Amino acid sequence: MVVQALKDQGVDTVFGYPGGAVLPIYDEIFLQNDIRHYLVRHEQGAVHAAEGYARSTGKPGVVLVTSGPGATNAVTGMTDALMDSIPLVVLTGQVPTFLIGTDGFQEADTVGITRPCTKHNWLVKDPGRLSDTIHQAFQVATTGRPGPVLIDIPKDVQFATGDYTAPEEARVHHYQPRMDGDEAAIEALVSLIETAERPVFYTGGGVINSGPEASRLLRELVDTTGFPITSTLMGLGAYPASGKNWLGMLGMHGLYEANLAMHDCDLMINVGARFDDRITGRVQDFSPGSRKVHIDIDPSSINKVIRVDVPIIGDVGRVLKRALEVWKARGGRTEAEAVRQWWYRINDWRKVDCLAFTESKKTIRPQHALSRLEALTRDHPQRYISTEVGQHQMWAAQYLRFDEPNRWMTSGGLGTMGYGFPASIGVQVAHPDALVINVAGEASWLMNMQEMGTAVQYRLPVKQFILNNERLGMVRQWQELLHGERYSHSWSESLPDFVKLAEAFGAKGIMVSDPADLDDAIREMLAHDGPVIFDCLVEKHENCFPMIPSGKPHNEMLLGENASTEGAIGTSGGMLV
Amino acid sequence: MAALNIEKGTSKHSAYDLRDPHVEAQETHTLAVVVDNEAGVLARVIGLFSGRGYNIESLTVAETDHTGHVSRITVVTTGTPSVIEQIKAQLGRIVPVHEVHDLTADGAAVERELALFKVSGTGNERIEALRLAEIFRANVVDSTLESFVFEITGTPQKVDAFADLMRPLGLVEIARTGVAALSRGAA
Repeated sequence: MVVQALKDQGVDTVFGYPGGAVLPIYDEIFLQNDIRHYLVRHEQGAVHAAEGYARSTGKPGVVLVTSGPGATNAVTGMTDALMDSIPLVVLTGQVPTFLIGTDGFQEADTVGITRPCTKHNWLVKDPGRLSDTIHQAFQVATTGRPGPVLIDIPKDVQFATGDYTAPEEARVHHYQPRMDGDEAAIEALVSLIETAERPVFYTGGGVINSGPEASRLLRELVDTTGFPITSTLMGLGAYPASGKNWLGMLGMHGLYEANLAMHDCDLMINVGARFDDRITGRVQDFSPGSRKVHIDIDPSSINKVIRVDVPIIGDVGRVLKRALEVWKARGGRTEAEAVRQWWYRINDWRKVDCLAFTESKKTIRPQHALSRLEALTRDHPQRYISTEVGQHQMWAAQYLRFDEPNRWMTSGGLGTMGYGFPASIGVQVAHPDALVINVAGEASWLMNMQEMGTAVQYRLPVKQFILNNERLGMVRQWQELLHGERYSHSWSESLPDFVKLAEAFGAKGIMVSDPADLDDAIREMLAHDGPVIFDCLVEKHENCFPMIPSGKPHNEMLLGENASTEGAIGTSGGMLV
Repeated sequence: MAALNIEKGTSKHSAYDLRDPHVEAQETHTLAVVVDNEAGVLARVIGLFSGRGYNIESLTVAETDHTGHVSRITVVTTGTPSVIEQIKAQLGRIVPVHEVHDLTADGAAVERELALFKVSGTGNERIEALRLAEIFRANVVDSTLESFVFEITGTPQKVDAFADLMRPLGLVEIARTGVAALSRGAA
């Protein structure tokens, strides 16, 4: 019944790990060929792989794990998906109903443990409700603000027979989020677009989640208004990095021009982003002179951190479509001359060239490694990038450029080290012919390195591009800047030989340390038809800039040593470097 | 140059902004939350309050529509106006929640609470306790030669006032139900 319900929901891929309390479902999987099951090496890997699958396809990811430790190992992944609004349906086995509450073998209060880390969850005790619940679960996971849901199924319910409810006969859940924006609020947005002198679009993961049409509409609105656009980490690719209005990512490690545009704008149009603390810096000084519009499907995101002038609750795609219609019907006007002056200021900030760095002949600088990776993979028609969490993640967001949505998989809200490798596996499963690269740090990568087994077993040619500085780089950076250079436990002792590690798993390993060899090594990685661990030994004490220290406003950024500050100080008033 | 512009050896700067941004005044609001009567729904509501650091002053819950499997949770909470708005939005986001009513913001509402008081004493104190109970329209629901159990219904303020009076007269124990509330008028 479970497998039938999954098939009827259009599921073709499941990531999972068997155990005593899910064996009846695994038995059903054995007896059919429509759903492919991918055996991971750890349940956390299954959830991240499903997240990679979901983020790169727009479809919900499905996970199947056993009771007790199977469920608790999945908790990190579900929390990650909740923070980043990724649709997942997680099926967990449970001890039989008559054993629940007796501390049975591999029993855990799964719905209790996962209540705060799922959008919703169910314990199904009645076999007659099982299929109906699964259909509802898909509805809840994928509508409104997407998120992970969990269905806990006791083993006796898995064995029982009951009446199957087809998706079209399932009860319609009263959960029906509002999709269309308020007409008066959309009119107010259009009026602001018509009169703004220093506008900026600030977009987030909500645009990606709304679907490809939302990205297309965003591009149309940005290009026809001529307004500048910046995006959060989660929203990269919704507007192309090659687009002429693109300012680059904003936030703590965002680009100088993007953050100053946010600070000095008079109209901020937030499309599907949530004013995260890594974006706002000190909230009291956040963009003090702007009118703020916030388009979000989740009412609780409105006024949570930053008070906005025009809230629009609804699906990003639908609101953008309606806003474009109204704006065009009213003549498609903007304050073009004022916006042109605004661009002059922005172009002055761009001259700071905040991502500039000097190549070293002796050691590979991580910025250089990613610049070369970008140069050598940019023209690949199907390039997907995942990352772990830390400095390498920020450098990847700065130096890799995304022209399409759903090509960038990273753990934004929760910041889960160990996310990227299993996510890259999920992406490769969904896109067998694509080039899938996980940009990693050595410490993050070790957290889920067991998934090499999965990559090798299913011949998934994922490229593990490890920037190895033998440090917890971001921790080390904060310790240097904020904790008096006391490097408490941020050194990666006893690292493995990554080439031998790859070979031990039956994969290919490449080590590079000389900048002169870098391009050839990357080409060798790309040419290999199979999983590769690419161990790139980089400068050990590199810091990630630009950086807004926490508790500081956007116009008090720290810049790297190569940024040119000439000309910028005069134009931005109180700017400090 | 710029990179090391932060004063070294200090932890004035943190990875987070440690200053408390909430300087607004606190308000008390009574919220009525209509939910599906399903397993775990109360835990979801309570978990939301504890997980996000909101206050619960009182909480009552019972099924109000047996055929529709609908329960009503009445929760009294305190917070700044922006926190109260967040609480309502977060409650509305819980999947089995149908409606969230802010009875304090929506205008006039009636609020009632039931409480049981055990008061023990003899002589004048006992007589005084009984006399005050009559003034407060509290009923005697149990009596021994040395004690009464009073039942009182009213606003939380009335119950508090009664408790203050009973304390010097031999108050032993109080059981309160928490607030039940409805908006006034036909709708």
